[in-house]
Amino acid sequence: MSDLTNLTVAQIRDGHRAGDFSAVEVAEAFNANVAGAKVLNAFIVETPDHAIAAAKQADADRAAGTLKPLSGVPIGMKDLFATHGVQTTAASHMLEGFVPRYESTVSQKLWDAGCGMLGKLNLDQFAMGSSNETSYFGNVISPWRRKDGGNAALAPGGSSGGSSAAIAARLCPAATGTDTGGSIRQPAAFTGISGIKPTYGRCSRWGIVAFASSLDQAGPMARDVRDCAILLETMAGFDPKDATSLDLPVPNWEAALSSDLKGKKVGIPKEYRLDGIDPDIDAMWDAGIAMLKDAGAEVVEISLPHTKYALPAYYIIAPAEASSNLARYDGVRYGLRDLPQGAGLQDMYAATRAEGFGPEVKRRIMIGTYVLSAGFYDAYYTQAQKVRTLIARDFNTAFESCDVILAPTAPSAAFGLGEKTADPLSMYLNDVFAVPASLAGLPAMSVPAALNREGLPLGLQIIGKAFDEQGVLNAGLAIEERAGFTARAEKWW
Amino acid sequence: MSEYRIKGETGEWEVVIGLEVHAQVTSNAKLFSGAATAFGAEPNTQVSLVDAAMPGMLPVPNRECIRQAVRTGMAIDAVINKWSRFDRKNYFYADLPQGYQISQLYHPLVGEGSLTIEADEKAGIPEAKRVGIERIHVEQDAGKLMHDQHPSMSYVDLNRSGVALMEIVSRPDMRSPAEAGAYVRKLRSILRYVGSCDGNMEEGSMRADVNVSVRRPGDEFGTRTETKNVNSVRFVMAVIESEAKRQIELIESGGTVVQETRLYDPDRNETRSMRSKEDAHDYRYFPDPDLLPLELDDAFLEECRASLPELPDAKRARYIAAGISAYNADVLTAEVEAARWFDALLEAGAKPVAAANWVTSELFGALNRLGKDISESPVSPVQAAELLGLVADGTISGTIAKQVFEKMLETGDGAAAIVEREGLKQTSDTGAIEAEIARVLAANADKVEQYKAGKEALFGFFVGQTMKAMQGKANPQVVNELLRKALGRA
Repeated sequence: MSDLTNLTVAQIRDGHRAGDFSAVEVAEAFNANVAGAKVLNAFIVETPDHAIAAAKQADADRAAGTLKPLSGVPIGMKDLFATHGVQTTAASHMLEGFVPRYESTVSQKLWDAGCGMLGKLNLDQFAMGSSNETSYFGNVISPWRRKDGGNAALAPGGSSGGSSAAIAARLCPAATGTDTGGSIRQPAAFTGISGIKPTYGRCSRWGIVAFASSLDQAGPMARDVRDCAILLETMAGFDPKDATSLDLPVPNWEAALSSDLKGKKVGIPKEYRLDGIDPDIDAMWDAGIAMLKDAGAEVVEISLPHTKYALPAYYIIAPAEASSNLARYDGVRYGLRDLPQGAGLQDMYAATRAEGFGPEVKRRIMIGTYVLSAGFYDAYYTQAQKVRTLIARDFNTAFESCDVILAPTAPSAAFGLGEKTADPLSMYLNDVFAVPASLAGLPAMSVPAALNREGLPLGLQIIGKAFDEQGVLNAGLAIEERAGFTARAEKWW
Repeated sequence: MSEYRIKGETGEWEVVIGLEVHAQVTSNAKLFSGAATAFGAEPNTQVSLVDAAMPGMLPVPNRECIRQAVRTGMAIDAVINKWSRFDRKNYFYADLPQGYQISQLYHPLVGEGSLTIEADEKAGIPEAKRVGIERIHVEQDAGKLMHDQHPSMSYVDLNRSGVALMEIVSRPDMRSPAEAGAYVRKLRSILRYVGSCDGNMEEGSMRADVNVSVRRPGDEFGTRTETKNVNSVRFVMAVIESEAKRQIELIESGGTVVQETRLYDPDRNETRSMRSKEDAHDYRYFPDPDLLPLELDDAFLEECRASLPELPDAKRARYIAAGISAYNADVLTAEVEAARWFDALLEAGAKPVAAANWVTSELFGALNRLGKDISESPVSPVQAAELLGLVADGTISGTIAKQVFEKMLETGDGAAAIVEREGLKQTSDTGAIEAEIARVLAANADKVEQYKAGKEALFGFFVGQTMKAMQGKANPQVVNELLRKALGRA
């Protein structure tokens, strides 16, 4: 039998259903890969028993004729989702050892659909970062290496870096991610996999440790577009426990997948052509345009004039919300408490938060606190909200003349660990193409499109109209079929 | 002089008062979580994951709390904002699990409205006065710290955490402690009519932040102080008196009032500084990104309006139009339970004026004696209507009615049955009455002389003697008529 860990979600689902293999065999194969890849540091907690239990149930369900949509499919869970009885840390010291007595809506939906959990995946601390280097539990190492004879350790992207590395290394066939300003798309691009951030409100945020509430959105990461469609169907849906949840039916995205783009228009935003950008990125983009033309689409140039203000606005709004969202980690009720001898309440707050948060989290809390303070609020926060409105308007105008937008996911391929840690600004710049769709709440996905000259994967981003995940997935599928991206990281771990 | 003035060393001062009343919304569940809200529960037994601010928990607005605040706004004739929004007020404290309170700074649910306090000559309010209400916004309550449970630690009870409050902000329109007291009582009355707050100040369901400043009459407003969490009408009035006095003494001795938050110490009847404006928190308000703006549709507003009961002012006007005195109308409408009881009495057929007199004197007197609320009255409105009906149709006199009422309270029997059983029916038998009158006049010939000489006040004496001789059962009107005739003045 071929290696079960090379199968996609759809193949596992269908093969299990057909009786080609048992779910337990699948779970065991992935558990073995997880156990053998500790050096990648993709998992904070491994849960092989959870995966086996779900697999046994799946096999029993198959025998009983009561299969569920994702019976037999084991997945990885980003450690930002609260999981009942399993430590949930957001990769922070603050929540180290925190075991929720509740299950996030999205993870519950996956378990209800028959999935098993291979473990809790590493990430940037509180999802703040683009390289997975801010995790309290150490950085993830990408399975990819440059074809330059060296073996520099590369970033798997962030914040969903555990998810991207684990999928690329065949430690799980798919995983959950969350995307606040590119945290699904950029790591997908860095590791040669697919990932979609749906329209804001598609997936419930209930039970996901909050970073920036108005931007946070869960989504699937997987090896291909079909798997993203399958998982998103399970993860999405109205949740009365989330006031920002979309009260809309969940379309049957998988069934409606079609790479025939005849009659569709693809917008190419001229503001995304950056001076001095890696020529491999531009080349990939041009190749992508050709692929979509080949799929029948008409290509039009569009303008998103406020693009250059998106990143500054994002780095005001997201920290502002984070500074407030993270106030609850105060040592009073759960998580870390640092109570020095004879200390009062204020001392406990200071000691706990100094100890429990890493430098990047502290930086964003301070930025957020600053931009919301009296005297600065209008100059920063109010202004950033105006920019956000203008960016959403840019997209609305652009979508009058096109159906989807095609752009690179990130301005570069994966960078080396430690290369950008000294310069937060250059790290933030990595989100430049991802952030506008987040600010506008639009669905956007990354699909692998090419390898650069160093042999590293590059991703193309498709941005769609609100609620039009189907249009995004279909354009992604058209690229996937034509790019023929079959490269994978050579196993060195 | 009708205006309230405080005499200082250097002349007269006027006090300016504004009140922010926090009223707990009557609702089974908290503002953003499904947890219960009952008073007096064991600590931390009414706390949901949301109230404890566990990671990943989200607030969802409770429709009933919004509905109650809208109905309250309608009851004070306020603008209802169809579009409002929740903001976060950020500060750290151990009783605030999220590290922020969800409130409404920028776009409150309810805008400008007002209420009217009635004239009360005795209290120094010469005429009715309209007090402006700037806004009502909805916000979460915090938990409670307990400092007496452990020698070195404080404990936190989160039962109140997340309970819905309405903050009702008045204009600085009040000018005396009496006006402020009347405002709080009137507001409490309206809230209880509407059913949006139980108004129970002892349990903390209603408490006031009292803003006080002083000025020379006619001058600009002075600098104000805010005394927090005052929990009775009496204390509100006491805070104003003591704080105004403190400010005047301070100014007259060359000092200046600083804008600050103060606390009231009821034991010493004085306020003391809590924190000044300089160390005030920067609350970093911003729109809560977990919540969408609150948009109210016409059907919802219509339902809110249709569900409003008759309010105290309308009820009072109706009573006065029916001939009831303004004083009785005030007494009857102040508490919603009394007003409902009285309306039921009218509905059962009692005549308004007689009923109002009877309720405010006989019934209230009896309840007071028995130590019972009107809701626990042993006599029902229908039973009372029967009693008053017997007086109205001349079956019994007012004096006999008092006896019958006592028997009703004792036995729970109906008025007619008691009258029948005890033979208390009054007589209009002119022959019998005339006979008694003749005896009374004969026995008091001297007084008859005095009466005829002009001492008309003695008429009442003859009525009394006759009634006494008739054992109270004579129809007083008939007695009056016959006496006048007998005394030659008919």
